Amino acid sequence: MSRRPFSPKVVTANALLEGDAIWLTRDDRWTRNMAEAELITDEAVADDRLLFAMSQPDVVVGAYLVDAKDTGNGPEPIHFREDFRTRGPSNYAHGKQVEGV
Amino acid sequence: MYKYNEFDEGFVRERVSQFRAQVERRLDGSLTEDEFKPLRLMNGLYLQLHAYMLRVAIPYGTLNSRQMRQLAMIADKWDQGYGHFTTRQNIQYNWPKLKDVPDILEALADVEMHALQTSGNTIRNVTADHFAGAAADEIADPRPVAELIRQWSTDHPEFQFLPRKFKVAVTGSPNDRAVTKAHDIGLRMVRNDAGEAGYEVIVGGGLGRTPMIGKVIREFLPQAHLLPYLESIVSVYNVLGRRDNKYKARIKITVAENGLDEFRTRVDARFEQVRAQFKGFDQEILAKIEQSFAPPAFRSAPETDYEAARSKNGAFRAWTDTNLAEHKAPGYAIVTVSIKAHGATPGDTTSEQMRVLADIAERFGHDELRISHEQNVILPHIHKSDLPEVYAVLRDNGLATANVGLISDIIACPGMDYCALATARSIPIAQEIATRFDDLKLEHEIGELKLKISGCINACGHHHVGHIGILGLDRAGVESYQITLGGDATETAAVGERAGPGFSADDIVPAIERIVQAYLEHREGPEEIFLETYRRVGMAPFKVALYPEKESAHAA
Repeated sequence: MSRRPFSPKVVTANALLEGDAIWLTRDDRWTRNMAEAELITDEAVADDRLLFAMSQPDVVVGAYLVDAKDTGNGPEPIHFREDFRTRGPSNYAHGKQVEGV
Repeated sequence: MYKYNEFDEGFVRERVSQFRAQVERRLDGSLTEDEFKPLRLMNGLYLQLHAYMLRVAIPYGTLNSRQMRQLAMIADKWDQGYGHFTTRQNIQYNWPKLKDVPDILEALADVEMHALQTSGNTIRNVTADHFAGAAADEIADPRPVAELIRQWSTDHPEFQFLPRKFKVAVTGSPNDRAVTKAHDIGLRMVRNDAGEAGYEVIVGGGLGRTPMIGKVIREFLPQAHLLPYLESIVSVYNVLGRRDNKYKARIKITVAENGLDEFRTRVDARFEQVRAQFKGFDQEILAKIEQSFAPPAFRSAPETDYEAARSKNGAFRAWTDTNLAEHKAPGYAIVTVSIKAHGATPGDTTSEQMRVLADIAERFGHDELRISHEQNVILPHIHKSDLPEVYAVLRDNGLATANVGLISDIIACPGMDYCALATARSIPIAQEIATRFDDLKLEHEIGELKLKISGCINACGHHHVGHIGILGLDRAGVESYQITLGGDATETAAVGERAGPGFSADDIVPAIERIVQAYLEHREGPEEIFLETYRRVGMAPFKVALYPEKESAHAA
C-alpha cells in the first residue's frame, strides 16, 4: 500500500493586529510576501512548523498548512483562494497589491 | 426616529468599554484567539481573507444625516474611505485594524449605533421594508415594532447561545419588500375583519444550503401578543433546535423535521406560560417608541417644476421612471438612490457619497435615509418639486444611475474578494454583467429583472430568490457559476430552479445574455416581465438557450 506522496506546503495565517495574510519563513519570521515563505516538502517537518506557528497566538491567528509550488522564485499558490490572499481584492487596488510587499 | 434613552446609551457605552478591555487583553497576550473570537464576534468583528471586517447594524435600515456622516467619518479615519451596504441592512468596513475597533465602536455609540449581535448565534439585526413610513401601500409603519424587537432581543439572556443565528424581518405592506418569507421569523402587519392591528407570523424560511419558504404559523396575532409569542417561538427553537449538526441547526430544519403542526402546538403551549410574564410593560414601551416614529410634517407645494423638468430633460425623466416609488403623502416621492453604477461594486459607497446623501436628506428629505436589502440607499420623503435639484446633486456625485429594478441593479455578496467563507468571487461577475448590459443599451427594454449573486452556498446574495440567481462555487480548484431561474423574493416567494451545469467565469456573462435573449424572444410583450415569462413557458426554452449543443444532440 503506497501512501499519496506529500505535496509541498507553506504555513500561512493572518496577522493579529492588521488581519492580513502572512507566511512563515525558513528563519522563523512572518512575511507578507509569499515568495519569501519556506516551502516544506516533508510531512513531519510540516507538522512541526505548523505547531511552531500555532505557538505564537500573540502574533498570528488561524495558522494552517496549504499547498504551494516551487517556481524557482519562491513558493507560489496553487488554489485561487490562496492566490487572492497574496494580492488583495479584485475590485479595488487595496491590500497587498499596492502595499509594496 | 427613535432616540436612545439613558438605558440604551449606558448599555452600549458599557459594551464598548468591555470590548476595549478585551482587545487590550488580546493584544498583551492574556487572551488566546480561542477565548477572544467569541468576544469579538459578539461585537460584529470578523477576520476575513485580507483583514478584519466590522459589521455595523443599521436597525430596520433607518439612518439620519448625522449617523450617515459618522459612517463616512469612520470610513475615512479608520478604513479605506468607503463602506459596503449589505443584504441585511448592515454596513461593513473591510479594512479596520484590531487596535482601532474600540474607537470605532465608541464613534458609533456617539450617534446611537452599535455592532452588537451582528454575528454569533443570536437574534441578528431586525430588518424591515426599506420604504417603511413612506410607502403608499403601507398599512402601518413596521419600524416601531422592529425597534421593540431590537430592544427585546439585544442581550436577551435566554437567546445569546441559540442553536444557530436567527433573523427577523418585518413589513407593514402587503407588497413584501422585506423578504419576510426567507427569514427565521417574518412578520407581516395586517388588520383583521374587525379592523384591529396584528401580525401574520411566518416561521422557518431561509436561504443557504437548504432554501425554504417560510410557513404561516399564525394567521392573525393580536399586536399585544407579539413579544410573548416571539419569545415562545425562539424558546421552543432554543430547546428543540439541533446543536449536533451546524447544517441542520436553523429553525427552518427544526420546523421541517418536527412538522409545522407539532411545532405550533409546542409554541402555543409555551405561549400560555410566557404571556403571563408580560404584564403590558412591552406595550407601554411600544407606545412610546411609536411616538418617535411620527411622520414628518409633510408640506404641500405645486408639482409644476417637476413636470416641466421631466418633459425637458430626458435623463431626468428616465431616472424618475425607474428610481421613484409611490409615496403615501400627496406630492411626495420615495427616491431609491442606486448604489449600482455600471461597473461599480454593488453596495459600496464612498465617504464623499455618504456625505452627499446626508446633505440631501437634511436639506430635502426630512433628515431620513434608509438602506435597502437590495444594497441601495433610499431617500424616503422627497417632495416632487425638489426632485430636479436632488437629481442634479446626485448626478454630480455619481449617484444618479437610472437602473433600479433592472438587470444591472444586482445584489452581490462580497464573495471571495473579501469573505473567508466564499467559494468564488461575486463582485467581478456583477461588474461584468452590469457593464455588458449597459454597453448593449438593452436593460430598459428588458425591464424588471432581479439578478442576485452569491459567492457561496450560504446565499448572502439571495441568489435563490433572484429571477436569475448565480451561485459561485469551487469546482476542482476553478471558479464555477451555477444558474437558477424563477426565484422570487416578494409575497409570492419562490426558490429558483437550477438550470443545469455551471459556467466558468469567462462563460457566465454570455450565458446570462443568452437567457435574456431567450426571454426577449418568448415574452408576450414588454409588459410581461422576465419572471412572468419564466412562469408561463417554464425552464425548457432557457435550457435550449443555455446549452445549445447538448439540446441539439438530444434532438438529433
